[in-house]
Amino acid sequence: MTGRSETLPATSRKPRSQAWWNAVNAWLLLLPAAVLLAAFTHYPILATIRQSLYFTKRNGTEVFVGLDNYRAMAADPIFWKALINNFWFALGTIPTSIALALLMALWVNRNIRGRGFLRLAYFTPTVLPMIAVANIWLFFYTPDYGLLDQLRGLFGLAGWNWLGEPSTVMGCLIVMVIWKEAGFFMIFYLAALQQLSPDLDEAAAVEGASRWYTFRRITFPLLMPTTLFVAINAVINSFKLVDHLVIMTKGGPSNASTLLLYYIYEVAFTFQDAVYAATLTVVLLVLLSTLALLKFGYLDRRIHYQ
Amino acid sequence: MNARTHPIEAIAAWLLALLWLAPLAYAFWSSLHPAAYATSFSLSAPWTLENYVRAWNQAPFGRYYINTVILVVLILIGQLVLSTLAAYAFTRFKFKGSGIAFALVLLQLMIMPDVLIVENYRIIGKLGLLDTIPAIALPYLASAFAIFLLRQTFKSIPQELVEAARVEGAGPLQILWRVYVPLARPTYVAFALVSVSYHWNNFLWPLIVTNSVGSRPLTVGLAVFGAPETGVDWSIITAATVMTMAPLLIAFLLFQRQFVQSFMRAGIR
Repeated sequence: MTGRSETLPATSRKPRSQAWWNAVNAWLLLLPAAVLLAAFTHYPILATIRQSLYFTKRNGTEVFVGLDNYRAMAADPIFWKALINNFWFALGTIPTSIALALLMALWVNRNIRGRGFLRLAYFTPTVLPMIAVANIWLFFYTPDYGLLDQLRGLFGLAGWNWLGEPSTVMGCLIVMVIWKEAGFFMIFYLAALQQLSPDLDEAAAVEGASRWYTFRRITFPLLMPTTLFVAINAVINSFKLVDHLVIMTKGGPSNASTLLLYYIYEVAFTFQDAVYAATLTVVLLVLLSTLALLKFGYLDRRIHYQ
Repeated sequence: MNARTHPIEAIAAWLLALLWLAPLAYAFWSSLHPAAYATSFSLSAPWTLENYVRAWNQAPFGRYYINTVILVVLILIGQLVLSTLAAYAFTRFKFKGSGIAFALVLLQLMIMPDVLIVENYRIIGKLGLLDTIPAIALPYLASAFAIFLLRQTFKSIPQELVEAARVEGAGPLQILWRVYVPLARPTYVAFALVSVSYHWNNFLWPLIVTNSVGSRPLTVGLAVFGAPETGVDWSIITAATVMTMAPLLIAFLLFQRQFVQSFMRAGIR
């Protein structure tokens, strides 16, 4: 990276025109991607922020209203409900799927009979469309006829409307998402485990350390960077996972399962309120950028260590 | 690698694997049996393909398949071409503003088109593209992730090879095509698998911008078909569900290792 560029101008007869020519070439190559990025990422971000500061009158004219839309949002109980749901959704899915992922990776990394099959079984849900997964699980949760209620029936219990009751709906969706995601997180642990030196395990075994002790004091701390990495990614992902809501609950009952992105979708396309949808989107953008900065900051540190 | 695996652990690992496959196994089972058996398990239940036939006839799944294939191919080609050119610009040329330009590209890693649905819908509307397959594809054609991945790969390519090509009189585009692209093949494969899986499965954005059979991809078609108010039999819906995920599932079973590695690279970035 260093040094090479400094020797170039000395030998080049026309350094200035060379630099100019480089820039023209580079920008021409960048142009198609730049236009599309500007049109569908940069401009929409700016337009969303601008929109959130305006109010659209019935005749179509826009009036600057400052933070009025945000005040309205702060007074909207559904917004808060969605945000709190996002929190519980993340808390419900992430630690459990990370723990399961680690367990799966430890197993698959061992000399266990049929490890190829085990890895396949754990990872398969990752490649399925969320909408297909939701369809399958929807049936498990169907009142009376669904698998869960049939199991309850074996114990003489009455049917339960799993997705129709505010007390159980979130739990049901969380279980489904854990099933969908654990195998995906597993592969990161698997990659990390394969980088660990086998000497560590052997040394611990020679010292007479128990397997649990080895895991707790050696393996798990060494996997900490992976855990942090997976956790941040999982949080980011949890804000984007809303496909299942469209066919399973529509955010209901009484918004018990709604999430921020799903609420944005509803406000924009069911209630047709583009201004409020923009205001809500700004909140999501702020959350996602904060998480991304956290992630990049952390990644940078890891690169410096190497 | 640990040689000692306790039998109880092995059993637990297997039980978890079976539990993990159970929902999928159930979907296959119920799609291959008459509707009466969807809710009552019985080993003697007769096997049938009737559900698949009826699902296929009750909704234009053939058309949905074609739409999805067109969509993922369109997106993949666009992404590969645009990101190759952009990554090459960032690797080969030193120019003013390249740092800022790259940062602006990376912004898309933080804020994906998936969350900009409101404004993007408006833009697609202004372009007069609503309810078309290009409308689904457009926001994804420039992929920051692909640019990032390829730039990393391009940077690792030995400068001697580039110099050799230049000495032979190859211009910038020839160098790209003859040196960089062939050597970055593993990266292209990894990215392609992730991109195809992602867009085969993508749902919310296609749901928003499509409104008719002619443009709907499989996922949206499945959601429309399976909506409770249509009153379609459960077994038929599972058959449709299996049809939606089958191509990707088969590809995954065939190229398992490649898939796992690609997803890993995609996640690590």
